[in-house]
Amino acid sequence: MQYVLLIYGQEPSEAAPGDLMAAEYQEYGAFTDFLRERSAMLAGEALEPTSTATTVRVVDGKTLTTDGPFAETKEALGGFYLVEAADLDEAIRFAAMIPGARRGSIEIRPVFTVPSADGTGR
Amino acid sequence: MSSGAAHALVDRLFREEQGRAVATLIRVLGDFDLAEEAVQDAFIAALETWPARGVPDNPGAWITTTARNRAIDRLRRRSRLTEKIEALGREATESALQSIEPEPAEDAMHIADDRLRLIFTCCHPALAMDARVALTLRTLGGLTTPEIARAFLLPEPTLAQRLVRAKRKIRAAGIPYRVPPPELLAERLDGVLHVLYLVFNEGYSATSGDSLVRRELSAEAIRLTRVVDQLLPTEPEVLGLLSLMLLHDARREARVGPDGALVLLEDQDRTRWNRDTIVEGHSLIRRALERGRPGPYQVQAAIAALHDDAASAGDTDWAQIADLYRALRAMTPSAVVELNLAAAVAMADGPAVGLAMMDGIAATCELDRYPYLHAARADLLRRLRRWSEAEAAYRQARALTTNGAERAFLERRLREVAAAARAIDSRPN
Repeated sequence: MQYVLLIYGQEPSEAAPGDLMAAEYQEYGAFTDFLRERSAMLAGEALEPTSTATTVRVVDGKTLTTDGPFAETKEALGGFYLVEAADLDEAIRFAAMIPGARRGSIEIRPVFTVPSADGTGR
Repeated sequence: MSSGAAHALVDRLFREEQGRAVATLIRVLGDFDLAEEAVQDAFIAALETWPARGVPDNPGAWITTTARNRAIDRLRRRSRLTEKIEALGREATESALQSIEPEPAEDAMHIADDRLRLIFTCCHPALAMDARVALTLRTLGGLTTPEIARAFLLPEPTLAQRLVRAKRKIRAAGIPYRVPPPELLAERLDGVLHVLYLVFNEGYSATSGDSLVRRELSAEAIRLTRVVDQLLPTEPEVLGLLSLMLLHDARREARVGPDGALVLLEDQDRTRWNRDTIVEGHSLIRRALERGRPGPYQVQAAIAALHDDAASAGDTDWAQIADLYRALRAMTPSAVVELNLAAAVAMADGPAVGLAMMDGIAATCELDRYPYLHAARADLLRRLRRWSEAEAAYRQARALTTNGAERAFLERRLREVAAAARAIDSRPN
């Protein structure tokens, strides 16, 4: 069996203090290692906050793009793709090609780049 | 040069050149904040040096070059603070900054591209509409955060926060800094024009708040639409929007009475309309329509042109205006267009015909919360001397309007029809 584990939680309004963040990254790192050792790790990423989200729907063949996360409570998460795209425009193009975009919504969330220990990007 | 004259020159230049300089620096730096800070530094430097040393031959190029140097300074300072910054990345950015060609004559196309890129980035559909508006005014227009906050009657921190979030989203979500490829251009251009029209309307329709700042908003929208027209000269809808803005703006002085109250189109003193602006609006819409690719802005401009042509409301070619609204309805069907069509038909064929159409619109309930539906119905009921029905409709309109000048106007009409209704009630049979 394969499972997707979706991580829900309060979004911090301010960035948490550096040492607190570092402690949490370490914990996540440890859990990832735990999965890797058992060959249980297939894919996983942290996400940028919902303020960076974009929602895409396709209505009558037209792509409708809106700022913000998907908020309808009646519709439930039905799956996900993790994709590599040049920029948001390409991600929107991919999203609009998903059949589910015609019946529901596709929420696009950028993958968060965890800062490396020396303060530069990954 | 006196420091006062230098101030005035820098102010004017800021409006005209800051968008240009910021756009170029954002392309190279990929960083809105650093670009804005560097350009601000450059204008401060201009204020300090120009009064003593005189204004350079090409002030715009001077600003871009100085901003480039300040950006390099800021990057160096930053890198000293964060010791571990990859020196290679910094050098690449620096050499890109050094390569910014300061001579606009040689680099005009590049700078033009930069501004166009910036407009499309600021108006990207993945940004909330209010963020697009704020970002466009802040980054491309020379408006400061306090000015924009005043214009939209928002607390300054709210607007500042909105700008921070928008810039963060551009960066984090990977909104591209480019002119959209051909397959996206039409749709994205619609989005840009929509933002510019919204800015214009915010400065034109609302008469509450700081009127000077609002005038500035409309002027800025017109200026930016001219820029888009220069950069995309083959798009008739850009000309259409520019014409539409000018033909409305020409009536600005006549729209508000000496007491600050709203004056309806039919009651305006048409000698106070700006003839030069109307002439320009006319020539623009003619040029646009000649291209044979009509669109909603062109049709609305044509309607405005017919209004501006008429010596009085009675002389207006209402039948042709009604036809144009039918054309607009075919392009962008909506209850609001339907309402405008009904109002034109009422003028062409009599209030009873128009009222029947408006009653049909009211029956759909779609415009229940739209004050202009109730105000327009009230006006036709008033013309038909159905006083108490008119009174009820004016009351609904008054309850829904958020604009002070409009409310004052509705109050006045409400008193008139209420008095007429009472006069009939008290008349002996």
